[in-house]
This record gives sequence, structure tokens and C-alpha cells, in this order.
Amino acid sequence: MSTTLKTPRPLFEGADWEFATVQRCHDAIQAIAVGEMGLDVYPNQIEVIGTEQMLDAYSSIGMPLFYKHWSFGKHFARDEAMYRAGMQGLAYEIVINSNPCISYIMEENSATMQTLVIAHAAFGHNHFFKNNYLFKQWTDADGILDYLEFARDYILSCEERYGETAVEALLDAAHALMSHGVHRYPRARATNLRMEEKRERERRLHDEQVFNDLWRTVPGQSSVRLDPTALERRRALLQLPQENILYFLEKSAPRLAPWQREVLRIVRQIAQYFYPQSQTKLMNEGCATFVHYKIMNRLHETGQLTDGAMVEFLRSHTNVVFQPDFDDRRYAGINPYALGFAMMQDIERIVTEPTAEDQQYFPDIAGTGDAMAVLRDIWANYRDESFILQFMSPRIIRQFGLFHLHDNADTPNMKVKAIHDEMGYRAIKRTLARHYDVAWNTPDIQVVDVDLAGDRKLIVHHRAMNKIPLDERDAKLVLQHLADLWGYDVVMKEIDSETDTLMKEHVASPRSGALGG
Amino acid sequence: MHIVDRRLNPGGKSLANRQRFIRRAKSLIKKSVHEASGGRSIKDGDSGGELVLPGQGVREPSLRRAATGGIRDHVLPGNKDYVTGDEIPRPDGGGGGSGSQGSDDGGGEDEFRFALSRDEYVDMFLDDLELPDLAKRRIVNTEVVSYQRAGYSVSGSPTNLALMRTVRNSLSRRIALHRPKAEEIEQLRDEIAALAPDARELRATLEEELARKLRKTTLIPYIDPLDVRYKRFDPQPRPAAQAVMFCLMDVSGSMTEHMKDLAKRFYILLYIFLKRRYKNVDLVFIRHTHTASEVDEDTFFNSPETGGTVVSTALEEMRRVIADRYDPAAWNIYGAQASDGDNTASDNERTVNLLLQHILPSCQYYAYLEVGRDVEHFPPGFIRRDSDLWQTYDAVVKSGAPLAMRKVGHRRDIYPVFRELFARKVGSEAATA
Repeated sequence: MSTTLKTPRPLFEGADWEFATVQRCHDAIQAIAVGEMGLDVYPNQIEVIGTEQMLDAYSSIGMPLFYKHWSFGKHFARDEAMYRAGMQGLAYEIVINSNPCISYIMEENSATMQTLVIAHAAFGHNHFFKNNYLFKQWTDADGILDYLEFARDYILSCEERYGETAVEALLDAAHALMSHGVHRYPRARATNLRMEEKRERERRLHDEQVFNDLWRTVPGQSSVRLDPTALERRRALLQLPQENILYFLEKSAPRLAPWQREVLRIVRQIAQYFYPQSQTKLMNEGCATFVHYKIMNRLHETGQLTDGAMVEFLRSHTNVVFQPDFDDRRYAGINPYALGFAMMQDIERIVTEPTAEDQQYFPDIAGTGDAMAVLRDIWANYRDESFILQFMSPRIIRQFGLFHLHDNADTPNMKVKAIHDEMGYRAIKRTLARHYDVAWNTPDIQVVDVDLAGDRKLIVHHRAMNKIPLDERDAKLVLQHLADLWGYDVVMKEIDSETDTLMKEHVASPRSGALGG
Repeated sequence: MHIVDRRLNPGGKSLANRQRFIRRAKSLIKKSVHEASGGRSIKDGDSGGELVLPGQGVREPSLRRAATGGIRDHVLPGNKDYVTGDEIPRPDGGGGGSGSQGSDDGGGEDEFRFALSRDEYVDMFLDDLELPDLAKRRIVNTEVVSYQRAGYSVSGSPTNLALMRTVRNSLSRRIALHRPKAEEIEQLRDEIAALAPDARELRATLEEELARKLRKTTLIPYIDPLDVRYKRFDPQPRPAAQAVMFCLMDVSGSMTEHMKDLAKRFYILLYIFLKRRYKNVDLVFIRHTHTASEVDEDTFFNSPETGGTVVSTALEEMRRVIADRYDPAAWNIYGAQASDGDNTASDNERTVNLLLQHILPSCQYYAYLEVGRDVEHFPPGFIRRDSDLWQTYDAVVKSGAPLAMRKVGHRRDIYPVFRELFARKVGSEAATA
């Protein structure tokens, strides 16, 4: 390897590549990423795929194997139509948080693009997956592929036994509640996905063993006393209030068959697996973009990348980190690549060449000198929200021209509350951080109470933040699904979180045979 | 590091998902297919294409916040000249240029656009339909005999001689019976010639040997009738793979654009349907007023004519074209006639005769479609009388002739009527293509 560094021979010339080229690029990148930048990555597995396979991968949320459901067919159909019409390009790569870390690269890419993709996905994302605390805490990279295989086979066997319609109806309902099927805070034990299949068997076995028909005949059950503590006890038994609706249904819904509970569990586990990704989009992309930028520049410096390839890379890189202004027609929110990359670069600058302002805002890291060590620590221990709160510098706010716009539906005009000045920095930082706070973004919905001995009506509360109600049409549909799963009436109350006043109430009753009988 | 080449993995991994999606969206898709068929020419009626589905049936709901209302805070990039405290009028759409939130919530799925392949399109179109009475008539009309190779036989015509097989048989027989090879005999002869004149005994043995071999050669023929094999051909009845569809239409002044549109839709359906069964489908357009002529598709639908209405002229023209170009023994003939029902009274008898004597016997199927005005526009209290042509054809049908007739007043009726005509009858033998 050291010989490659001494003799400045380019890794490749021209756009063509073959497997040996990919291998060479990977090795050269690894030397820089691990040797110079100190990244810590899972072993890489690089898979070469074609366009259609990329579309396939898109439609199953990027996973190499997945259970079957019509909604994936819908996404495939739409992506394909868009792609064929030329309205949407395909991603250059997809990377999977697994061990080994699987990256898909497209056969159409040029050699430069393959190098970029390997640096970006196989080292940038890979390092982030392996080291960020959220991924460590919530996902099991060793077991995910096995679990997905188990999920696919289990759902397939359910389809064979109970019919496709029944499984499809169940999955429809589960998918509708997927966004509220995650635990936001870690519970006592860590999840171990690999053991799922075994545990599913054990759970069933245990249920069968402890089943005793005699319990049904024990007298005295009807004498339910309604003392004030009964309500509290009931709620404690059912672990209420519960914000993980799928978990609650899996454990407590009275009318679900065991296989239906298991399917809910599968959907819930997968939602949980993707939960960290939604909280670290900005950092993840920022980290990967920063890593690929560093690596590509190092390759060029050491003569391993030709000038032509470097120009091609820069063109692509510039497109990726382009941030249109808010009044631009192309504006579609803040580009996580742009902001993430800019912040990473800014941190590097603060660590190495701080200004007086930086000294004031970031006394801990300013001027410490080892940029990579600081960045590695940040990548490991923060998520988007805390990352912005801690590390967004005034300089970045000025660079992006960020401003805070306050929009109250009761007033005719919107108001500019803060701009990039001394008074505005903190307000902008705080508001922007909230945008990346998943707990703030997804509506706060909790199962509050249910009387299992009475009419079994399920009571769900939505505590509306800032008086923003749920989208009515969707809420009705989801509530219908919830009622179908629960098996009895469901009422959802929308409560203004500031004043505790009732804003709206939705009611749904289960449809008979909605889950296929 | 591993590099895995997945390019050769079987494609279509999401085919099952796609099929599930189509099954789910079936009723929606059917409606769109039906509507989309209006704007197409007959020939490309079955080429598949892009469909637009209303988002409802394939919606994936989730619990999310409404796009409007309440108090919202946005952080936007690219400030140019705003300062703290500025008030900005709210842009239309309520989202307030809210960027990611606006586009997330902005219901981009209300219409769902995607492309169907040709087969998926046609399947949707013709679900559960079949050609009527095909099983019965096929024996008479729609089969041609073709010959197919089927092994070897010991008898046959010399042109079918299977040379390779014959020589192979002969070779194995010759080896089995030890027929002397030509080289062996030649060698023996050489040996005898090369012998010294005094080696008499040896010469005698060798000559005896030679005589024996020569005798054996004549006894065991090079090719025996036993070896000969012929390629065998089996006659295979095969459905004729071609069909011709006659579109007959009254284009006299009383046919409005609306009526022509109805007829066109019906023809498209029939064409697609036939196309699915036959490799080649020819189209013949015959329009008529008081005279009839064969025209191309464009003229057929688009150029107006004036004149009286004599239906028999069109039938006569159809008979002529069949006699000229489409031998009923080789072609499957389908007729579809559209008219508003007018006919000159004196012509009815001649029409019936033509139909019964010439047209129906040579046709697989003949449908008469009476297109009317949009029923809703009929003045109230007006009792509709069956048209001349309807009464005439009705009598033909009652006499048991294989003629199908329907009335259509509105575009939405076309498809149901078509389905009714071709619906798979319970217990009838499925016509397998």
C-alpha cells in the first residue's frame, strides 16, 4: 500500500472501470480513511447493480429483502414512471446499516463516481452507522438481514395459512400506524433482533404451557370494585399512557390472533430500525459528504486521481451540496447535504483556525487542533437536534442567510422574528433544532385509557402543539385502521397542549371482517 | 472487502409487489383504462400506456399534522433584505413557503401516475371475456392443418428420406455383421500382388480369404432396405392465426359525432379483443349511405357524407371484400355494424337475405350496435319506438341466427355492453388461445 502512495500513479484513467478498479479504489480510500482519518468501519461489501435493481431497492426502502406488500409496488410504479419520464434521476448508491456494510453501486456510474460512492457510502455512512450512539442503541447491524429474512418468511407463511387478503388488510393497518410504532426512549433491555424468531416460538410455547381452562371457571371475577385506585392500577397494568401504539396493540388488543400480533411486531421492529436514521439525516449525510470530500482531495493530492476525474468529482459534489434560496423555484427545504457538509467543514475550521467569535461560542473545541478527533466524537455522540443546538456557528447562519419566520394562522401576515444578527443567532439555532427533533415533528399521540372490563372503548389523545390539528382526512382513515385492530370503538381527542382544551374529537368503530375475519 | 456482481440476478424482484398493487387498484385502473381508450386510434388501442389514478384507493394514510392552521415557525435560507420585525403577506397555499414541511404535507399523492405494460393493460380491459361459440365453430372454420416433425418412420416418400439416420443404421448393421471394409479388400489384393511367385500356399490362403470377403460384401449390402428411415410428419390441426374485422357504419347525416364516438369505442374494444387471440388482425372499414365503399380509418370516422340510408349496400360490399380477399376457410371473420337504426323500408328484406345467405355463414361473429342519442336528452314523455333496422334484425335473431345486437346511448354503456356480449358463459368451454 505504501508503494502506491510513493508512486503517484492514478488509480484509473477515463470513465471505464472494472472490478479490479473498484478494488484498487477501495484499498486506496481505506488507506486514507482508516490510516489518516481514523475512521472505524464495518467490513465492506460492495454490490454492483443495474438500473432496474436500483428501482427495486428503492421500493423496498433500500433493503435487499423485504416482505411483500402492494404499497411497495406502488412506489416502484411511481419511481419507474418518474425515472422513465426523466423527471427524477436515480441515487448513485444505497447503503445498508448492516454488518458487513452493504453498499450498492450502479453499473452506469463512471470510475470517478464509483470512487466517490465508495468514499461516501462505504466509509462515510459506514463509520456513522457503526459509531453513532443512536444506531448502537437501537439497531442491530449484525442481525438486521437475518431478521428481514425471518420477517419475509413469516409473512409469507401467514399468507399461505390465512390468505393474502387477511395479511394485506393487517399490514395496511399496521403501516398506517407505523410512525407511532417506535419506542422513543430505551427500555430496560436492549433489543436483540437475531433472537426474534426463537423468542416468537418461545412466547407461543409459554402461552400454551400456562394455558389452563380452569381459570375461566374461577368464580369471583365479576366483582369488580370501582375504587379510585382501580383506575390507576388498570392503567399501570396496561402500561398506560403508551405512545407506542403498535406495541400497545400487540400486547393488549383483545381480539387479535397470535400471528396478527407477530406481524404487528415485525412492522414495529422495522419502524424502530429506521427510527435513528430519521433523527440523524443531517449528520449522517454531513459526515458522509465531509468524508468523501476529504478523501477525494487526498487522492488527488497524492496523484492517485487525475485532474479530469477531480473536475468530474467537483461538479457532482457541487450539485449535491447546492442549497437554493427560499424564494427559488427549486427550493424544497434545507438540503441536509449542504447544511451538514458546511457545518462539518466549519467545525474543522473552528478547531484549527478559530476566530474570536468562535472562541466565544465554542470554548471547548476552538483551537484544539485535532479536527478529526473532534468530528469523530461529534459523530458518535450527537443527533441532528443536539448537533445543531451545540455546533451551529454564527458564521454558518450568516453563510446560509437563515431567518426565522413566524406564521400564526390568526394573523393576516407572517412575521420575521430573527435574522442572522447577534440577537437572532440563538433563536434561529433553537428553532432550526426543533425542525430536526423527531419527537417535536411527529404529533404527540398516546393511548390514554381503556376499560377492558367495560365497553373496551380505547381512548387516544393527540396533544396538539401550537394548535395544529391532525390532517383530518388521514386521521379518519388511520383511526379506522386502529379500530379494526383494536376490535372495539376508538375515540381520539385532540387537545391543545397549552390550554388543555378539547379541539376536536374523532370516533371510529371497527368494521366487521375488516381484517379478513 | 467483497465485490458482488448482482447485475445478473434475476430482475423483476418487485413484480409480486406490482401485481399486488394492480390487484388492489383494479377497479380504479379499469375505470382509467376505459377513459383513456377514448383518445386513441383503433390500432394503438392496445399499446399500453400511462394512466392517471385518483389517489384515494391506494392512499397510505398516516397520523400527521395538517398542512394549514395553527402557529408555525420556519427557518429558511437565503435571506436578502428582511430584518427582524418585518411582516410578509402569507403566500397562497397556506404553507407560507414552509419548505420541507410544505412539500411533505402538500398532498402530492392526490393523483397517481404510472405506466401499464401492454399485457397488463389488455388484461385489465378484457378480464373474464371470451370469444363466443369459438369452440364449436373452430372445428369447421378456424383450423388449418399443418405438419409437424414427429420422429422417424420406415416408410415415406423419397423426399423425406432421413439420410443421417439411414446411414447411421447402415453403419451399425455393417459393424455388427462384420462386413469387410473396402480398405481391407484393397490391402489383401495388394498383398497378393506383392507375393513372390513361389509362395503358392500363402497365395492360395490369401485368395481364399479374398474370395470369402468379396462374397460377404455382396451378401451384406452397404445399405439395406432395413436401414432406411424417413422423417415422419404428423398432421396438427391449428387454429388459423389470422382474423379480419369488418367495421360497418352508417355515415349518413343522421349519425352525429356522439354516435360515431360510441361506435369507435366499440370497435376499439373489439379490435383489442381480437388482437389478443390472433396474431394478425386486418381491419376493413366500410361506410355507407345509400352507397357503400371501403375506406381507411381516418376517412371512416372523420369525413362526413350525405345521402340516404341503404344498409344492404354495406353488406354487399362486405360480401365482395370477403370474396376478394378473405377466404372464410383461412380467415376468421368478425363483423361489427354500427348504425342509428335508420334504413330505407324497402331495403329491409334484401338486408335480411344478405345477412342470412352470405354474411352470417362466413362470419365467426356478427354484432350489431345501435347507437342512440344520449338517453338523458330525450324529451320526457316520448316513447321510443324500435328502429327499422332493429326490428329487422330482431326478427333474424328470433329465427335463431348467430347475431348479437345491443343498444348503446351513452359512452359509459359501451364497456358494459361489450362485456355482456363476450362474457364468459358458465360451463361453456373456455376458448384457449
